[in-house]
Amino acid sequence: MLLGFLVLIALAAIRLHDLFAVVMLFGVYSLMTAALFMDLDAVDVAFTEAAVGAGVTTVLMLSSLRLTGRWEQRSKHSPLVPLIVVGVTGAALIYGTLDAPLLGDPNAPVHQHVAPRYIEQGAAEVGMPNMVTAVLASYRGYDTFGETVVIFTAGLAVLLLLGIQENPEAKPGRAAIGDQLVLRVVVKMLIPLILLYALYVQFHGDYGAGGGFQAGVIFATGFVLYDLVFGEGNARLVVPPRWLHRLAALGVLIYGGVGLVSLLDGKAFLDYSVLSHDPVHGQHLGVLLVELGVGITVFSVILAIFYALSGRRRVS
Amino acid sequence: MSGLPGLYNDFIAIFLMMAGFYVVIAQGNLVKKLVGLGLFQTSVFIFYISMGKVAGGHAPILTDGVTLYSNPLPHVLILTAIVVGVATTAVGLALVVRINEAYGSVEEEEIQAKDRAAEQPRVVDDESTDRGSDS
Repeated sequence: MLLGFLVLIALAAIRLHDLFAVVMLFGVYSLMTAALFMDLDAVDVAFTEAAVGAGVTTVLMLSSLRLTGRWEQRSKHSPLVPLIVVGVTGAALIYGTLDAPLLGDPNAPVHQHVAPRYIEQGAAEVGMPNMVTAVLASYRGYDTFGETVVIFTAGLAVLLLLGIQENPEAKPGRAAIGDQLVLRVVVKMLIPLILLYALYVQFHGDYGAGGGFQAGVIFATGFVLYDLVFGEGNARLVVPPRWLHRLAALGVLIYGGVGLVSLLDGKAFLDYSVLSHDPVHGQHLGVLLVELGVGITVFSVILAIFYALSGRRRVS
Repeated sequence: MSGLPGLYNDFIAIFLMMAGFYVVIAQGNLVKKLVGLGLFQTSVFIFYISMGKVAGGHAPILTDGVTLYSNPLPHVLILTAIVVGVATTAVGLALVVRINEAYGSVEEEEIQAKDRAAEQPRVVDDESTDRGSDS
């Protein structure tokens, strides 16, 4: 059912030439994907997709549409060749799935390798109920470190390409979407809750769904919302752009620093069990610090990207 | 989804992937191409998460009295991939914005036409080629 809707939205996005509608449809699409992930037991992923796909991506795409224009030109090329290429590739992929394990099959190869250890030993070795956080920050800490660095690098790339311009036309107090009283009142009440919730997600990620990635995005969303509703440049007064470079680097530094500390204490890089006398307690501390580093980096990179795209003036 | 054949999710994921692929190769607007790339990306997410599902399993958060959990590993991979995805999409958008500033267009065909015009051997240098826009 949900999957059927996804197909419909994808088809509509191909047909439409109004990019504004395409971007909004893509936001709806992301929200539905999040619902689908919920249905497939992936609560942490659903959470992330809802915050990132439906929230941040849509805002960023709309900010760049403002700079590039709303309407797409009709292509002069015939769609025949691409259709054939796509059809052949799709047919090959479908052929490849024909002997794949069915949905929900507990004997599928994917459930046989390392996953049983994560599920059965995770509680004893890392000591936290949320297996996703345990795997993310402890078992696969190297991966996550790499991904944090990728996010940091992407943030740097955007800043190098665009930079954060001071926008002389934007006065604090002038809202990007006009003066909407209802919106202002509602958002004013919501922002503290959003920020509080982000902190909860950050520090409660060991026990329930959540963690540094989600918390960073949600925290940034609070500021993005503030900037959109209460006027361009207002959020900059709260978090100045020059802090963001340093914060992003600080997050990566915390993550790498925890790794170095465990290295200097004679264990492997990112082996948190040396951080405390009790290995499980050390794991807890390590995961908390690492997630904090991830949260800070994600928050500052997302906000820096938003500043860079929304603050740029249109060149015409 | 229990009543549906077990490969349904895979088929939909492939369809969405091909839809995104089609947008990327067949349509000329760069912002639209990025949306297509997003469709492609999400289809991979759906494929992975479907892979991690265990029939009758619960969300991978330890709960008393539950012994069967879905596989947490694909969740971890996709969770980080989503956030990395938005960061890389933002790099793409930044590039599109810069291209728009340099060429005055985000349509692939117009950009190529301008590039070709700039590469033509300039016999009558001042009149036939118009290179004023990218300085």
